[in-house]
Amino acid sequence: MTATSSDTAATTQAEVSAEIAALSRAYDDAGTTEERVRLDYPPYRSSILRHPTKDPHHADPEGIELWSPAFGHTDVDPLEADLTIQHAGEPVGERMVVTGRVLDGDGRPVRHQLVEVWQANAGGRYLHKRDQHPAAIDPNFTGVGRCLTDGDGVYRFTTIKPGPYPWKNHRNAWRPAHIHFSVFGSDFTQRLVTQMYFPGDPLFALDPIYQAIVDPRARERLVASYDHDVTQPEWSTGYRWDIVLTGAHRTPMEDA
Amino acid sequence: MSTPTPGQTVGPFFGYALPYDGDSELVPPGSPGAVRLSGLVLDGAGQPVPDALLELWQPDADGVVSRETGSLRRDGFTFTGWGRAATDHAGRYSFTTVAPGPTASGAAPFFALTIFARGLLDKLHTRAYLPDPGADRLLESVPAERRDTLVARPDRHGFVFDVRLQGEGETVFLRHARD
Ligand SMILES: [Fe+2]
Repeated sequence: MTATSSDTAATTQAEVSAEIAALSRAYDDAGTTEERVRLDYPPYRSSILRHPTKDPHHADPEGIELWSPAFGHTDVDPLEADLTIQHAGEPVGERMVVTGRVLDGDGRPVRHQLVEVWQANAGGRYLHKRDQHPAAIDPNFTGVGRCLTDGDGVYRFTTIKPGPYPWKNHRNAWRPAHIHFSVFGSDFTQRLVTQMYFPGDPLFALDPIYQAIVDPRARERLVASYDHDVTQPEWSTGYRWDIVLTGAHRTPMEDA
Repeated sequence: MSTPTPGQTVGPFFGYALPYDGDSELVPPGSPGAVRLSGLVLDGAGQPVPDALLELWQPDADGVVSRETGSLRRDGFTFTGWGRAATDHAGRYSFTTVAPGPTASGAAPFFALTIFARGLLDKLHTRAYLPDPGADRLLESVPAERRDTLVARPDRHGFVFDVRLQGEGETVFLRHARD
């Protein structure tokens, strides 16, 4: 079935894959290490007009930038960490727990801080008005959750394993299954929005968003591990994924 | 030092997840001292970006950094210093807040802003200084012809600060020393 009609629909996956391969070869040949995602990554078509062309300006954080907003139990109900209990019935799909720690660049836990997630349902459909994918909406799944990390920096969500979904970057473009994560650190410079993926996804090689992290080992930091110790008998599978932020600028002594 | 987890785009579908009631109202509209901080997010062709999200983090009018919780469920009285605003169909964002004070004596006050968007693979950080900021170490380190991109301009309700992601008048984005 042919469902796409945008102006990028003429580009094939083979053409996009060739662009990805060329950028990957150029990275290997350069012999440098890039830990971050590239902002300028033309195989992801929407990035072409939306990436800054100038290098970021180095700044020493000052004042407000040395702190993060504080979130607490007035902000987040503990039930918001379970995305499977937001409606009258059980959502369709593989119930799973995803848990891990939020650490700063020095390996210290980020304590009592906000983690937000959003995701497609088991069929790859978001409950967003602009999602046109003709897969079923699940009346028992919204796909939005929040929690606060505990005193060891641990977050934990119960949810449904999201499905892969088509998008219109090029003809027959599909995103690997992922959960969007939004994380705060102890200072504002550590703010992170990213995506968590699942091990062995056959769409990894084809996806220009995932491949925009050109270093293979850096990309793998976005892939959760299946963890049978997180899996619960007769209830849910389990995945573990730790999130490492950049270094904090305030020393721990300054934290009350 | 551990290696940081890379960022990824906020994507097209954050709109039902990250915005929330009262997200952009750090103070109630019309309260004493309330100002508007608003502007456009524009792409490299000068077109508005209707699927961007900005986060604002700032001290209060006296320059005090709030440690108060409650940004997600505002009580109408507590200043938490943080808010979030998605752009509308015309690429416009708007916050209701107060003008930030200096966090140290002689420091030029600024709003700290973070920008996310579909098509933008990682967050961007910038500062919006109040008009006529005076002497400031960061501003002086920026080439003179680009300094204006970091300074808000006044309007009748407060301040205007446009974000140009690319091209002519590209906003100065910041990378902090330990990133
Ligand atoms: Fe997504």
